[in-house]
Amino acid sequence: AASAQLQLAVPVAVVFAPGSVPGDLPRPLPFRDVQEMEISVNLRTSITSRYETVYRSTTAQEEAALNVATAQEADAALCPLQDASLGSLTVYVVPETSSVLPQGVSVYVGKHRSALVRAGGNLATLRTRLRQLTQVMSFAASSIATALSDRVPDSQLGPDARRHLKSSLGYEITFSLLNPDPKSHDVDWDIEDAVNRYVQPVLDKLSLVANFSVDSQILYYAVLGVTPRFDKETSSFILSAHSLPHVINPVEARLGSSAASLYPVLNFLLYVPERSHSPLYIQDKDGAPVSTNAFHSPRWGGIMVYNVEAPGSPQASLPLHVDVDMVRVMEVFLAQLRLLFGLSREELPPDFLLESPGNEGLADWELDRLLWAHTVENIATVSTTLTSLAQLLDKIGNIVIKDDVASEVYQAVASAQSAMAELATGHLHSAFQASKEAVTSSERAFFDPSLLHLLYFPDDQKFAIYIPLFLPMAVPILLSLAKIVREARQRKKEPTKMD
Amino acid sequence: MAAPVPTACWVCAAAALLLGCCGAAVASGVQDQAEQFFRSGHTNNWAVLVCTSRFWFNYRHVANTLSVYRSVKRLGIPDSHIVLMLADDMACNPRNPKPATVFSHKNMELNVYGDDVEVDYRSYEVTVENFLRVLTGRIPPSTPRSKRLLSDDRSNILIYMTGHGGNGFLKFQDSEEITNVELADAFEQMWQKRRYNELLFIIDTCQGASMYERFYSPNIMALASSQVGEDSLSHQPDLGIGVHLMDRYTFYVLEFLEEIHPASQTNMNDLFQVCPKSLCVSTPGHRTDLFQRDPQNVLITDFFGSVRKVEITTETVSLDSDLAGFESKLPKDELATEPLKYAEQLPVAQIIHQALMSRSQQKPPREQQHSGLYGVLLLPPQLHKFSSLRNSFLPMFLFIFPLFFCAAYSFIFISCFNLLSPSSMLYVPSKGAVQTQQSLQFLKRNRTCSRG
Repeated sequence: AASAQLQLAVPVAVVFAPGSVPGDLPRPLPFRDVQEMEISVNLRTSITSRYETVYRSTTAQEEAALNVATAQEADAALCPLQDASLGSLTVYVVPETSSVLPQGVSVYVGKHRSALVRAGGNLATLRTRLRQLTQVMSFAASSIATALSDRVPDSQLGPDARRHLKSSLGYEITFSLLNPDPKSHDVDWDIEDAVNRYVQPVLDKLSLVANFSVDSQILYYAVLGVTPRFDKETSSFILSAHSLPHVINPVEARLGSSAASLYPVLNFLLYVPERSHSPLYIQDKDGAPVSTNAFHSPRWGGIMVYNVEAPGSPQASLPLHVDVDMVRVMEVFLAQLRLLFGLSREELPPDFLLESPGNEGLADWELDRLLWAHTVENIATVSTTLTSLAQLLDKIGNIVIKDDVASEVYQAVASAQSAMAELATGHLHSAFQASKEAVTSSERAFFDPSLLHLLYFPDDQKFAIYIPLFLPMAVPILLSLAKIVREARQRKKEPTKMD
Repeated sequence: MAAPVPTACWVCAAAALLLGCCGAAVASGVQDQAEQFFRSGHTNNWAVLVCTSRFWFNYRHVANTLSVYRSVKRLGIPDSHIVLMLADDMACNPRNPKPATVFSHKNMELNVYGDDVEVDYRSYEVTVENFLRVLTGRIPPSTPRSKRLLSDDRSNILIYMTGHGGNGFLKFQDSEEITNVELADAFEQMWQKRRYNELLFIIDTCQGASMYERFYSPNIMALASSQVGEDSLSHQPDLGIGVHLMDRYTFYVLEFLEEIHPASQTNMNDLFQVCPKSLCVSTPGHRTDLFQRDPQNVLITDFFGSVRKVEITTETVSLDSDLAGFESKLPKDELATEPLKYAEQLPVAQIIHQALMSRSQQKPPREQQHSGLYGVLLLPPQLHKFSSLRNSFLPMFLFIFPLFFCAAYSFIFISCFNLLSPSSMLYVPSKGAVQTQQSLQFLKRNRTCSRG
């Protein structure tokens, strides 16, 4: 693997509200500070993170914005006043006694790129909170290690480390409705409206990361691979956690989503159980029913089980008409989409409060997190690809490089260098675009069909083929040439000999 | 003395109980950790199954590949994740007495062809170049998705190859070979791009162990049916079909795999024991030094099946359903407003009309040099420069027609001769002549080879 030294610069602004300035500041406000931390991934790869912090006090507008009742309002009011460029963070420090933050909460992370922090009295506690905050909002050693998982020795990462989707230029999302019992349930889902109202906002926000395409289908008589167990106590059917891995297989062959495009496909399945197996609940490892009634598989997608209530009277005419509640379904599917991308809100320090992003699906700082990880991953991929291409060319000396392959390689190198330069100065947006171009060019160069090593014979094979052909022929030719030369020399000498 | 003893007993009992509970907790914790550590880190499974030999007498190689295909599909890998390469068509071969079937057990017990076989590379498409292109991913952009190996760094790939082989090579299509060095280099190219998480390579040919000698990329486990210097033997012939149906090693592997179901916990060590020398005559070999995990902890379904990792979804997003309709800021794809129409076609009717017209004229103009007999050849007007070929048609007719008539007359003469003298039969009855009665019955009963 190639060596890489990356520098990630994060511009942070720490804004002190009146009454929150700690007593032991090294210099009077405003001042700049740079903190560097090294994350060493392996012997040859290391990432240095630079937090270029600007400490200043609030302007009058910011003060007015912070004087509101709740943190949500403060966040909404502060949004137009802050630096909105990708990758930057703004932290507002409020006095300890401020009522903007709820009781027991010392850090509030908003929907955009700002956070409210309760002053801790001295600079040390503030610095600790700031460090925790930057690890949540931009990147941490663990997220960088996950992005560079190719280079990390396997013993350091567990088998679960590489389960998030790899950085790709596009993703294909397929929503499927599985109806195994059309005789009993006539299921109707308004997927087009749901996609336009709930999924499209999320995909628009993620459009910076990749191209998304969405399709949907309905499959009839698609049965799950596992027969659920009947539980007498709750008089319902149960799918236990250890049978879940086998559920997807018989359905997967019929999904047909992989015929559509070369991008990674994310499948979201909505399963309406048969009349004879209703209601169907999923149980986790401890035996408790799962509230969402859904599970997901890394790098594949998610399944949700949608139970239909039994008809009031046993004489109700079959099939029952079912109108799927798309809001409930989309809440689960969008959460699964976030988890597949690795945006989880589970592992947080206890005194943090995160604002829910609402219909947008993800907060701006979560988008930043994704972009940091993907940019680092892209740059590492480019360097690995180009290094291995160079090794291939070294091994096969007579390989022919076409002009367009050469130009792709030059472009990949230039884009990767510009991406690294932009990362070092803190421009995340341009760094990400450059890294995407670099990956595209390097993949096109590496996977060019003309670079197949089979097509180019190594020199020893050429010798092995041509020598048995030409050597027997060459022996009499060389001998007769030698004879001719000898005779010519003799003839030259003869006139001197004759009298 | 009675009083202290009960208290001591109580203390001992309490201590034992406490230790027992702690032990159980620690043991389950350790077991969980152990499970975590020994589990494979893959999220999807792929299979590349290659049969490299053609001709009817190599029926057993196609049957080998199809039986592995059948097991792999039964255990859960879908067709979209299987690249199946068969060098010849046995099921619809004209010499197959029971068309649309490929059997693996004699007396036609098990038909491995089935109803939903999806062959990705067939017949002459199975070449060394295509195989290496599939593995390394250096495929021309026009290749359809079913012919690509779209694996990523979390894919476990099963590669199964069968055919005729020798010390260090495997024969493809009777005309070319792949060497063990090329195969090892292809795997290294795959590893460089992280196109696999773990790879299981199974080969069933003569001297199969030589093919995995040169591997040097990590995470590869290899099995072969015979060592260097040994031949892999075939299993049983079926007298009705007239050929050997399966190779021994794959036959016993198939029997072993029939016992596996998607949830089974059988590990690789059991697969290494399949087909000992007493059954197989050759000595199967395996290579695990490049593999990081212990084969004891590798499940068969890690490679042959598709057991997914799942996680329970515990988070939800809260959506506000009362918001007004969302206007997407991204540009939608513009639909073409201009109606589509066909491109200019060859004016066939016009050409024929012109040809008939020019026949009646004395001197045809320069563009219309086609006339009479050649009108039906439909030379388009733009290709008038090829009209010089017309001059070469005459000698061709002078030679070809007489030759054809001679061949036809001689054929008729010889077959009449045969009919007149029944003792001079020109064909030799096959060994299974006794069974031809039954074969004829099969022929009459089911011929369903309409699909390719």
